[in-house]
Amino acid sequence: MKKWALIVDIARCTNCQNCVLATQDEHVGNEHPGYSAPMPDEGAPWITVEKRTRGNGSMVDVAYVPKTCNQCDNAPCVRAAGDGAIYQRRDGIVIIDPVKSRGRRDLVDSCPYGAINWNEQAGVPQKWSFDAHLLDAGWSAPRCVQACPTGAMQSELMAEGDLKRLQDELRLETLEPIGPAVPRLLYRNMRRATHWFLGGTIVRVSQHGGVENIPGAGVELLLDGEHAASCLSGPFGDFKFDDLRPQPVRWEVRVRHTEYGEALREGMLNASLYLGELPLS
Amino acid sequence: MKRVALRAVLLALPVMIRTAARRHQPVRTLLRRGRCVIQLRLRDGSLSRHISFTGGILRAGWGMHPCPDAEMVFVSPEIALEVLRPDPDYGKVVDSLKCFKATARGSDRHLVWFGQLMHTIGASGWKYGEPRADGTTRYTNLTNGGPLHVDVKDGRIVRTLPIDLQDDDPQSWWLSARGRSFVPQRRATVSPHALSLKSLVYSPRRLLHPMKRIGFDPKGHRRTGERGRAGYERIGWDEALDMVAGEIARMKREHGPGAIAIAPPAHHQWGNINYWLSALYRFGNLLGHTKVVFSPISWEGWYWGAAHHFGGNMRLGLPGFYGTVADCLQHAKMVVFWSSDPESTNGIYAGAEGTQRRLWAKELGIEFVHIDPAYNATAQLLGGKWIPIRPGTDAALAAAIMHEWVVQGLYDKDYVEQRTTGFDEWQAYLLGSTDGVPKTPEWQERETGVPARDARSLARLWGRRRTYLAAGGLGAGFGGACRTAAGAQWARCMVLMMAMQGWGKPGVNFGNLQMGTPMDLEFYFPGYAEGGISGDLTHTGSAPLNYVRMPHVLTMNPVKQIVPRQRLAEAIVNGQCSGYLWDGMSLEGQFTRFEYPAPGHSRIHMLYRYGASSLGTIPNSARLVEAYRHPSLEFIVGQAIWQENETQFADVLLPACTALERWDISEWANCAGFLHHGQNQVNHRMVVLQHKCIEPLGESRSDYRIFLDILSRLGLGALYSEGGCTELDWCKRIFDSSDLPSIVSWPELLRKGYCVIPSGSAANQAPVEMRWFAEGRAKDVPEPMPLPGQYSQTFGEGLATQSGRFEFVPHSLRRIEEIDPERPALNRYIPGWEGPGTQSSFPLQLVTAHPRYSFHTYNDGKESAVARLADHRVLIDGRRYWALRMNEEDARERNIRHHELVKVYNQRAAVACAADVSPLVRRGVVHAYESCAEYEPVHSDGGLVDLGGCLNLLTPGRTMSATADGIAPNSCLVEVSRWQLPLGSSQ
Repeated sequence: MKKWALIVDIARCTNCQNCVLATQDEHVGNEHPGYSAPMPDEGAPWITVEKRTRGNGSMVDVAYVPKTCNQCDNAPCVRAAGDGAIYQRRDGIVIIDPVKSRGRRDLVDSCPYGAINWNEQAGVPQKWSFDAHLLDAGWSAPRCVQACPTGAMQSELMAEGDLKRLQDELRLETLEPIGPAVPRLLYRNMRRATHWFLGGTIVRVSQHGGVENIPGAGVELLLDGEHAASCLSGPFGDFKFDDLRPQPVRWEVRVRHTEYGEALREGMLNASLYLGELPLS
Repeated sequence: MKRVALRAVLLALPVMIRTAARRHQPVRTLLRRGRCVIQLRLRDGSLSRHISFTGGILRAGWGMHPCPDAEMVFVSPEIALEVLRPDPDYGKVVDSLKCFKATARGSDRHLVWFGQLMHTIGASGWKYGEPRADGTTRYTNLTNGGPLHVDVKDGRIVRTLPIDLQDDDPQSWWLSARGRSFVPQRRATVSPHALSLKSLVYSPRRLLHPMKRIGFDPKGHRRTGERGRAGYERIGWDEALDMVAGEIARMKREHGPGAIAIAPPAHHQWGNINYWLSALYRFGNLLGHTKVVFSPISWEGWYWGAAHHFGGNMRLGLPGFYGTVADCLQHAKMVVFWSSDPESTNGIYAGAEGTQRRLWAKELGIEFVHIDPAYNATAQLLGGKWIPIRPGTDAALAAAIMHEWVVQGLYDKDYVEQRTTGFDEWQAYLLGSTDGVPKTPEWQERETGVPARDARSLARLWGRRRTYLAAGGLGAGFGGACRTAAGAQWARCMVLMMAMQGWGKPGVNFGNLQMGTPMDLEFYFPGYAEGGISGDLTHTGSAPLNYVRMPHVLTMNPVKQIVPRQRLAEAIVNGQCSGYLWDGMSLEGQFTRFEYPAPGHSRIHMLYRYGASSLGTIPNSARLVEAYRHPSLEFIVGQAIWQENETQFADVLLPACTALERWDISEWANCAGFLHHGQNQVNHRMVVLQHKCIEPLGESRSDYRIFLDILSRLGLGALYSEGGCTELDWCKRIFDSSDLPSIVSWPELLRKGYCVIPSGSAANQAPVEMRWFAEGRAKDVPEPMPLPGQYSQTFGEGLATQSGRFEFVPHSLRRIEEIDPERPALNRYIPGWEGPGTQSSFPLQLVTAHPRYSFHTYNDGKESAVARLADHRVLIDGRRYWALRMNEEDARERNIRHHELVKVYNQRAAVACAADVSPLVRRGVVHAYESCAEYEPVHSDGGLVDLGGCLNLLTPGRTMSATADGIAPNSCLVEVSRWQLPLGSSQ
């Protein structure tokens, strides 16, 4: 049996919010009987985009992480509902029954990822339905996917084995699994959001006191005294060691340039960090 | 023979009307409204037929009626048959009218009604939209942010969604670069503001009924000082229209020409008919009005500066971008984005069409540099080197880079030698031999805050690599740096840099992959600046193509008085103003001084305000509030869709409907005019029949209808509508005037709603911009500019400068620099009149960038879906405040935390915002979007604080320099502090 999954490439998400807006367009003021009551225009939208900013000074970056219902296998919400008020379809989509779930405010807390909202007006718990009403009517993708201009958001209907292969091939990750839940919302390039970087700029102070960027210097990173990575400084003298595990660690940066000498810096890494200038001597 | 035929037509006419009414509801409805006698006859009276209409019943008779309400009179049977044909040749019809071979007499209202009846009968068999299995009907429409499908059920919009191309739509273009081939995705991508349209149509802020300001009495007390403070009461359409028509007539009678001013919106909805350059200009010209005009506000520094070096006046100082997508991908090694954020502005109008191409460049390993005070959305997506710069100082960094090129010999000496003039003088300035100050990287660091080492590295990289310069959102223009006091200096530096690097050679050009796709640009469809139905040959681009290809009656404004939008407040409050107007027809057009009032003209006493964007988009807009309340302004009409911004100052509000509630036809991103071939941004040229998807909400009406209803009260309705043409008739006339009939039939376009224009073959795709110039050939890019007379020597050869070459020191500015020393021919760096350190009490520089989620004021506020996005407005205590991005260290010093309420203020005004604290803005800079649609002042701290977020209340209203009459909102100093909404605050 094929099941739906949502795959989001963090590297291609521009934060245009089209997924958020398309989903509101589809659900605000529109009832889809059997699938969902209208989404309120105020309150948390069913898809949100989380912003993760890293760095400081002139070395910064941002990753945007669209978040919504993970359509989990072994979903805690399904278990919490007990009576079928929330159920997972054979195609993997988790549906909150808009009739059976009426009054079940308790279900809001059943999602460990906080993807269920309470609709005060209709008196029902709600979350993104994967636009199942459209897929059942023959649409090839939910609205958020159709409106995503870069293809950062893709919906895939595939067999478990194929999804597993794709997951390995593209190094797809899910949000931290909580309990037995197995999210079916998979992220590509998630490390841009979750991991840390350490960067700096290799410079040299000339005889006249001027400061100059030094490209092509050898830079080595040691973590807890062990060699972790090395690179050459770029055209602006910059280096950036990315994909560092987000755990506090003692770091050391050793710089060597055949002509201009060496530089050494060390410290504790507690977040992404731009060191600024590292003068060679 | 013709006489017999005419007799047969006149005989059959009543039968045809009755039959159509039986079959078609719209005909029936219209017919029931008619109560009049219409006569059709030959001038000599030898053949005459009259039809009397009463509540849906008609009786016809032969012979002359003693007192018809209206009649159409023809000189001959031939002319009568031409005019009365169901699908007439408008060339012949308009010709007959102009030569008085056909005339109309009697009641204008009845003539318009009868014309509309005939047109409605003609269109009664037309079917449009596609029924779908789920019971909805799928229509199409077009917005400022791209085309949409609109699904409608039971008269209500269910959804709006981007259009995916179908298999039967023409093939996409492809190109190859560096061993790879690239094909664009087969869909039309849209901007966030396009996707929130449904929320705007059904916004609770819609104006659904005509209204009158409480306390306003056109026959007694007008109480102009209460504007913006008083509430409104509902009135009927007839009362509203009578009042407006009555005031128009009174203005002319009591004050004379010039008393009525008409102010268009910055950006209304998309279309060729219900657009300010179209329906509004036709309306205004038929009345005679003082034009309130734009300056090139998104392109200022280019128009007032850069144009003079290369003759770019007819493109607002911008270059073209033909063929640059393939050239950049094939040859460039680096793209320098300088004040360029195409991901935020979507180029302009173009959805995310350019995004895919920029991602291709990234895949190919092309490197990126971003020079901007903020780490903007484009930098965030593409990565690369960020060079955070102090706003308004960009020209200093550019000069330092050019200094390094000279010192290190990293410029194209052959090009400079063969294609340019004045380099010696420019070089001497860079080296400091004229003023004793070499423009070194160290020199610029003091101004810009950019480390000298980065300026030096950038100069080396750039001098050694083929580099595309993206100077503004489109690749040139449309960026913050050109809207500063030194904006002209910066834009001038941008073209000077390109000239030093061999502008036009492979891999060396302006662009950011936003424009210049390989499409067929020879296929004609009009863009909005071509004036639509305006018939205005003076103030639109109608004359060359639109007017010729779509015969219609021309209109001319008899009033010569003009006021630029940013001077309107002075004009009203001081009764006089002067300055320089936008005239792109020559380099020298911008040097002609205007005076208000124009000699012999009346001051402005009535303002017809169309839309409501000024408080959000005009610098130092607090001035406008005083102007709107000024007693000399006796009457303000607000024709608007929503209650927003300055609609609250109108005496009478006329509710207009949105583009989804009336007909129009247009091409995606095709603005034509000064942004010639703007559609070259999209991947597939797309013409959209903007279906009337639903009936107008409430009592709202289309702009066209409102104008027509007013003009009918002044006897001008038949002239305005050319005999009762409906908006759908105009759509058909525009369709017929274009090249569309060669690829799609009218019924098919009516049904499907959009048509993709084939991308054509290599033969009709444009060559690369400026390649001809770099190679010393005659011009070969498909732009009808400059005017032939602007060529210096031989037509089609060289640039539109005095020398025909690129001029490092322009002749055109040399002749003006005596009266405007701040705009010298030699582009010296002159620090802005408001900037770092000019006022110590306001230490922060405010940058107001073109917005990302709204389109200027369109889609902001009004409880739209966009207004609920936290990167646009932030919810604090139940109110959504305008987001102000600030550096975390600046915030810490002021004890301001993320998403806290702050007050942004200076000597001009105070505005409440929500702080968005991050490292994504350089220190000393606060960054927000311009053009907010809300204005809600409350008393606090002994003054007014605007809760709406109208940051243009804070920006300076002065001109860039004495003769460069552009705006400079990004030269603005402010202070920011934590703030609380006062309890029980009120206006």
